[in-house]
Amino acid sequence: MILQAAINWQSFYFLLFAFVACGFALAVVFSNNIVHMAFFLTLSLGAIAGLFFLAGAEFVGAMQFMIYVGGTLVLLIFGVMLTAQSKFVSMKTAAGEWVLGAILGGALFVLLIRAGFAVPEWNTPRSDAASLVAADAQHATAIGGAVTGYRVDRLSEENPVLRNGMSGYLLPFEIVSIHLLVVLIGASYLARTKKRVKVAV
Amino acid sequence: MNLITEPISVSHYLAVGALLFVTGVVCMATKRNAIGVLMGVELVLNGANLNFVAFGSELLRATNLGLDGQLMAMFVIVLAAAEAAVALAIALNFYNNHSTIDVDRADDLRG
Repeated sequence: MILQAAINWQSFYFLLFAFVACGFALAVVFSNNIVHMAFFLTLSLGAIAGLFFLAGAEFVGAMQFMIYVGGTLVLLIFGVMLTAQSKFVSMKTAAGEWVLGAILGGALFVLLIRAGFAVPEWNTPRSDAASLVAADAQHATAIGGAVTGYRVDRLSEENPVLRNGMSGYLLPFEIVSIHLLVVLIGASYLARTKKRVKVAV
Repeated sequence: MNLITEPISVSHYLAVGALLFVTGVVCMATKRNAIGVLMGVELVLNGANLNFVAFGSELLRATNLGLDGQLMAMFVIVLAAAEAAVALAIALNFYNNHSTIDVDRADDLRG
């Protein structure tokens, strides 16, 4: 029996969110019903937002909720609803494809797990982990500064070569803005209503 | 059970990210529904995002990526939204033209 005082609550909530995220991700794979898959994916991505909060990335966690769970998944669910004829709601995968997928997935999983635990520096938690509080993380201002071209978090970079890379993210931010504009115009053009072509099924 | 009493490290996050990545890849490989393949892509991107955030977290590692990890995760989230919009438009077009959403039937270009 574990004494209550011995429980590390950050680890406890990490395990909780990790199990929810992994469990529903597996449910997405093993479910055949596309409507259930969309729901499981929502829960999995929500739990991943919880993991972001636990890692101290509170702004990214909030964006995960707003953009992913609130935006991208709503798009996906619209796609499900627009194409959900009864014969497409539940499509069985052939057994041979499951075998191939299992071999591919198993090999990739073993590789990634071995790589993830191979480096001792990644294995060991911070020695002063107990004194750090995830709720103290305040990154929104620093992220706002970084996307406008000013890095406030690495002002004291000793290496002059590395300091050139500390000039912020203004250019990628602008490229992403234009990219989003082009993509959304293109997507609405692609998805416009047209006369439906009849194909013998 | 020492998982619940010891503080977490980057490797814990990498393990979760690895599982999400693998489920996404298997989802992409096995699903016949085009929307299901899209869901696999979302899982893969989230697994990668989790690794970026874990390497950038000062709670898990003393020498971390800092803000770079979080900013990469933000860009991935935004690009994933754009990707989902375009891919969904393509899937809807495919559905309108072929009256099916089964990716196995998208073999018009076969020589």
